[in-house]
Amino acid sequence: MAVKIVESCVNCWACQPLCPSDAIYEAQPHFLVDAKRCTECDGEYADPQCASICPIECAIVDGLGEALNPLGSLTNIPLAKLLAMA
Amino acid sequence: MARNTPIESGKTGGCKASSCGSSSQQMSHLSEEIRQKVFNHPCYSEQAHHHFARMHVAVAPACNIQCNYCNRKYDCANESRPGVVSELLHPEQAVKKVMAVAAAIPQMTVVGIAGPGDPLANPERSFTTFRGIAEFAPDIKLCVSTNGLALPQHVEALSRHNIDHVTITINTLDEEIGAEIYPWVFWNHRRIRGRAGARILIEQQQKGLEMLTARGILVKVNSVMVPGVNDEHLKAVSREVKAKGAFLHNVMPLIAEAEHGTYYGIMEQRSPSAGELQSLQDACAGDMNMMRHCRQCRADAVGLLGEDRGAEFTLEKIETMEFDYEAIRAKRAAVQEAIALEMNTPKAAVTTVPLAMLRRRSAAPAALMAVATKGGNVINQHFGHASEFLVYEASERGVRFIGTRRTDQYCVGSDHCDEGEDKLRLAIEALAGCKAVLCARIGITPWEALEAAGIKPDSDHSMESIEEAVAALYQAMLTAGVLADDVEVGASVA
Repeated sequence: MAVKIVESCVNCWACQPLCPSDAIYEAQPHFLVDAKRCTECDGEYADPQCASICPIECAIVDGLGEALNPLGSLTNIPLAKLLAMA
Repeated sequence: MARNTPIESGKTGGCKASSCGSSSQQMSHLSEEIRQKVFNHPCYSEQAHHHFARMHVAVAPACNIQCNYCNRKYDCANESRPGVVSELLHPEQAVKKVMAVAAAIPQMTVVGIAGPGDPLANPERSFTTFRGIAEFAPDIKLCVSTNGLALPQHVEALSRHNIDHVTITINTLDEEIGAEIYPWVFWNHRRIRGRAGARILIEQQQKGLEMLTARGILVKVNSVMVPGVNDEHLKAVSREVKAKGAFLHNVMPLIAEAEHGTYYGIMEQRSPSAGELQSLQDACAGDMNMMRHCRQCRADAVGLLGEDRGAEFTLEKIETMEFDYEAIRAKRAAVQEAIALEMNTPKAAVTTVPLAMLRRRSAAPAALMAVATKGGNVINQHFGHASEFLVYEASERGVRFIGTRRTDQYCVGSDHCDEGEDKLRLAIEALAGCKAVLCARIGITPWEALEAAGIKPDSDHSMESIEEAVAALYQAMLTAGVLADDVEVGASVA
């Protein structure tokens, strides 16, 4: 069980100090998660901490590749508008 | 022809008005202690911002809330608005950059951390930076600009680090309005949405404000005016923050362009007009000291307000620089002493020109007049070269500074940066509501376009002092009967 940071990450550092397992590290072109350390905060917090503060939709995915903050979930911008922009 | 008077170069950059509204009244009731704290702080004193420079160091990338006017993905070197930076710095890089700027711009008195996220959501990075600066330059004033969510838990540390000035962005006291501005906050390890999130943010902001003022730390409150969302409500915000001891209230216009990718930009939320902003500032002014010289600068801005010399101090450029601390300190002290002396001369203290020469007439309308200047408090800039205009209100009571109007309107990217016709159109839009524009020179095309837009171009007062020229032109226009009675902008202000 591990989350993954993907290319839409903007390197804002918000997640890194919150990780209880110290699994997140600075890398190029974006931050990465050490899958061996990550526990998805199971037993520590209700939700993975990285995904709870991440401001960018779709930047963190779970083990199945599903976005923990899907498109439209963080900004209230209607999905249709976001899809039209993408 | 007066229109072709050659321009002379004055000081460049920064706000060039010799007076920004009611600065002398604003300062006169202050205790000596507070006066000492603000006299050389460009963001807290209107007078100071003509003389002293500031810099923001972009060491704080993380944020703990989402605002509908912010988008963390956007980063453009040509863009100027809060939350935008070109280079994120580690604390040691930031300290080196401060040394470089302190050496090159000795009138730089203030270093702030304003983002691009929230300084208190990055406490390690922010406080390490402050300690590094205090070590080599204890004379530099330190400040932070925060959304307030993490403020109460850091008040003690702010005080310990001698941070004397804190700006809190407070957009509302009402969780319902808050939910329209903030989609979520991160609190106690959870993302909290809607009204519940807004309630927590508002509580922490108000608590933090009280804790700071109880310790004698000066607090400025920034508010973003969002028409139809919090505009009317900001009057209540102004009263409340004053009652809790805030020193200054800065109501800023929403910046929202679809190109920025923000919620408000994409949803086509409109920004307030200059007139709407001024009316709200005037309405709040009955209760509170208002700031009108804010330029809504970037989180890595360097220089006088209104200029950005950040490009001179990139990481690449400062990497190889060597510094002689003793020499820098001596030069800074000498330069700043000279400025303080100049500011204390009676000339600099004048803020309003009484229009004794104005012919008295009943109910003469107030009029907004724009000025193109490169500094030195004179009209010395070509109309076409102006990237911002200073706006003054002339009335029977005198001439007062109202604010600035930018012609590039927060630059919306290279596709929109065409010269010529587009630029002229933007300049005329920026001057909406003004009855005249005073400049050193102006071409025939913009002259005619301004006249067609009902704005009188004037280059007869080239190289004259701003307030006197504005007063003279106002009188001439009154006499000529070209000022309509429907321009009572700000006429209710004492």
